[in-house]
Amino acid sequence: MDPLLNFSVVFPEAIVLIGACVILIADLFFSDRAHDGAYLLSLLCLVLVGAAAMQPLSDATVEYGFGGMYLSDPMTAVLKIGAVLATAATFVYAKAYARQRSMWRGEFFSLGLFALLGIMTMISANNLLVIYLGLELQSLALYGMVALRRDEPRASEAAMKYFVLGSLASGFLLYGMSMLYGAAGTLDINGVAHRIGAGQAVNLALVLGTIFVVAGIAFKLAAAPFHMWVPDVYQGAPTPVTLLLASAPKLAAFAIAFRLLVEGVPQLAVDWQRMLALIAVASLAVGNVTAVAQTNLKRMLGYSTVGQMGFLLLALLAGVVGGNTTITAGAYGAAMFYVLTYALATAGCFGVILLLAREGFEAEEIADLSGLARRSPWYAFLMTLLMLSLAGVPPTVGFAAKFVVLQALVSEGGSAATWTLAVVAVLFSLVGAFYYLRVVKVMWFDEGTDTQPIVAGQDLRMALTVNGVLVLLLGILPQGLLALCNGAVLRALGG
Amino acid sequence: MSPSFPWLSFSIWIPILFGCYLLAVGRDRNASVVRAVALVGSLVSALATVPVVLGFDPARSGLQWTEKVAWISTPTAHYYLGVDGISLWFVPLTAFITVIAVLAGWKAIKERLAQYYAAFLILSGLMIGVFCAADGLLFFVFFEATLIPMYLIIGVWGGPNRVYAAIKFFLYTLLGSLLMLVALVYLYQTSGGTFDIAAWQRLPLGHTAQILLFIAFFAAFAVKVPMWPVHTWLPDAHVEAPTAGSVVLAAIMLKLGAYGFLRFSLPIAPDAAHELAAPVMAISLIAVVYIGFVALVQTDMKKLVAYSSIAHMGFVTLGFFLFSPIGVEGALAQMISHGFVSGAMFLCIGVMYDRLHSRNIADYGGVVNTMPRFAALMMLFAMANSGLPATSGFVGEFLVILGAVQFDFWIGAIAASTLVLGAAYSLWMYKRVIFGDVANPAVAKMQDIDGRELIALGLLALAVLAMGVYPAPLIDAMHVSVTDLLAQTAHSKLLVGSP
Repeated sequence: MDPLLNFSVVFPEAIVLIGACVILIADLFFSDRAHDGAYLLSLLCLVLVGAAAMQPLSDATVEYGFGGMYLSDPMTAVLKIGAVLATAATFVYAKAYARQRSMWRGEFFSLGLFALLGIMTMISANNLLVIYLGLELQSLALYGMVALRRDEPRASEAAMKYFVLGSLASGFLLYGMSMLYGAAGTLDINGVAHRIGAGQAVNLALVLGTIFVVAGIAFKLAAAPFHMWVPDVYQGAPTPVTLLLASAPKLAAFAIAFRLLVEGVPQLAVDWQRMLALIAVASLAVGNVTAVAQTNLKRMLGYSTVGQMGFLLLALLAGVVGGNTTITAGAYGAAMFYVLTYALATAGCFGVILLLAREGFEAEEIADLSGLARRSPWYAFLMTLLMLSLAGVPPTVGFAAKFVVLQALVSEGGSAATWTLAVVAVLFSLVGAFYYLRVVKVMWFDEGTDTQPIVAGQDLRMALTVNGVLVLLLGILPQGLLALCNGAVLRALGG
Repeated sequence: MSPSFPWLSFSIWIPILFGCYLLAVGRDRNASVVRAVALVGSLVSALATVPVVLGFDPARSGLQWTEKVAWISTPTAHYYLGVDGISLWFVPLTAFITVIAVLAGWKAIKERLAQYYAAFLILSGLMIGVFCAADGLLFFVFFEATLIPMYLIIGVWGGPNRVYAAIKFFLYTLLGSLLMLVALVYLYQTSGGTFDIAAWQRLPLGHTAQILLFIAFFAAFAVKVPMWPVHTWLPDAHVEAPTAGSVVLAAIMLKLGAYGFLRFSLPIAPDAAHELAAPVMAISLIAVVYIGFVALVQTDMKKLVAYSSIAHMGFVTLGFFLFSPIGVEGALAQMISHGFVSGAMFLCIGVMYDRLHSRNIADYGGVVNTMPRFAALMMLFAMANSGLPATSGFVGEFLVILGAVQFDFWIGAIAASTLVLGAAYSLWMYKRVIFGDVANPAVAKMQDIDGRELIALGLLALAVLAMGVYPAPLIDAMHVSVTDLLAQTAHSKLLVGSP
């Protein structure tokens, strides 16, 4: 049996916490002009966290800590590394942009690290309240980051919307959790499942609680019809914050969906799978169709996120709980692969926006990309890869992700309903292809108005190149990451 | 099978690597180096396909030159390549046409040269990949990936309405292939977890499943071929694409769809194919006759050849659905011949366009007076396009008509109308453009073809004549595979007791 207080489980989180606090204090002593010290400290901190988070991968065991409230296994490790990388990408991509907009301050880094801490807590939490704590920590840090440019009216508006709707979502989730607690009499997730299995839970409260939990998760994932906050916040928030918002929290949302639904209330799978199916179709439709009409790239990516989350939900509803563990692991493994590669591609897209932005110019309209192929063929090529990946065109990783999700959706024979879902999903991805292609079109076919040379630091160039090339490489050779995801989920399911 | 040298992989990856190299180092300021590298790359890739043909054993059935490496473990997919008699000839054809395409863009393209050539080389490798893939998922990846370079070729280096044409091209073909993806996933599930196309061909399937699969594959391949009435993207794409883009599009890309019919639709869903053969034949004949008439009235030369391509491809699909060796072999011969002839026709139009910057038939007249060598070569291609004996165009058309008459006299009779129509639109256009008095001062100033153009057109002329005079080795290599395919198709795969 694990010791009651197993601190090794929270080792990476401890580093983040210490790092965030140290940076907060140390930043006071850095001069106003150059906050590079804070930047370097944060990157150092992230490297340490990443290294620490890798530990469970080599052990390949599930370790519990704090009386089963917290756990650490390969799945949490993979997701945490993803979140750490997304945060690191945020800091690296943001450098020039944030400097020009007086965001390059200690708060930016410490808030980012606190958000990461919340995300990591959500990923590892094994208890309803701990999930909620992580969620609030993440959300509060992100609200602050969205409002970081308080002289910018749009950012303030976005922060306000995000705060109000985000609180509503947290309320939903908390309400649902309280019902689960009321029905099962325990906050422990495995305990909830155990009580339900033993027939000791109140069914009505359980179902209602599940409804609220699903709604809360859908809010956090940005799935329709709970997506109203997405476009405004994506557009209004400073671009690096949008990057962070769009990538790492989705990993955490996937993790809590897995914990709450698959591990918490597997007996109600029939109910929540139907809810997820409806939400998935609504997201695919709303996200993809509405994105077509956007002229603002950040807003378009916001709607595209809604559509992408629809695809993710398809994988989440595909697992047959209690059936063949390998196939089920395949389904959730596909979902995990999808969310990781989605975060990768999205981070790259915002990275390109940040690359093109300069003092007094946000580069956030689709038209701002026009003629990019002439200004810089290489970045146009990278952005093309990223767009094609989001559109799901081979040989990019987006195709591999969509393919494994479709595959998982109809595994174990599939029914008429799942085949219909699959066809609906591919048809909406055709709609999606249209607006992603439009970005490609603008870059390659249109004459640019903007002829200023692209100025970017070496770190940004390198990171962006790695990001774009990874999208291609993982698309050609997806086996490594796919096996990692499948193996991690299999272990989490106890296989 | 004994391990053999991976020539297929070489054929696929050499052009892609050359393309990546050009992307990385090529700039407009070292244009001559870029051209040289592109030419060397295309020649080396073409050479790499020679051993594939030489080492091919026409007497053996099944895939040859196979390479199989594990690619993805869950779901199980392999990097699995191989050629049989059906796909064999398309490998060198693709590489050969790429050489022609590189020569075609030599002077006409002045901007973003490296990216232009890179797109063609990468496209060439991907298309060879489609023909060689023996794994369903691998096939799909190559099949889809070809869209990206072609989209850029049309959109970046195309004519005035290029953006519309490029997006139409991409979305039309993507719609079809996404349905095919669902079909592939279905086959993977029902076959118990394999993407091996050969295994799918043996898989028993229920009636409804076969019909749905057939429709899904049909959606993908009919758009690509293109068959009437989903052909409307092709004239747009052809007219707007640069010359070399049109050449590759007509010569190879259309064949990807027709090839898909033979690889997937017929053997995997044979009962559905037999059941739906009548409507497919009907729309093939519509393509032959109706599109032939449409071609007749075109005033734009590129559009005319584009419509003639659709008519010729109608012949190909007609041949497939006759389910006889003559029909299928004729259709395959027609595909290869059309690769040469349509490529050559687009190249000829490109040669004239480079000089006069017009594709309107009315702007020309009397070109023979200023460009006699060119006129002679184009004569040959126009004749081949109308199916004159001793040119490659004759072989396929004759075999398909023969098969069609065996099947049903009236179908054969309608199909034979192509001989009249093809001659009418090809030769009438030729007459209006080439013969007569010099139409205007611009034509009078046209220079005859230079050495580069002569090489490109001459190579194609040799191919057209060689295949027309002595098609036997070509057909012989196909024979065993086609017989196998038809045996497979003749055998019902319906599950006993299924709906």
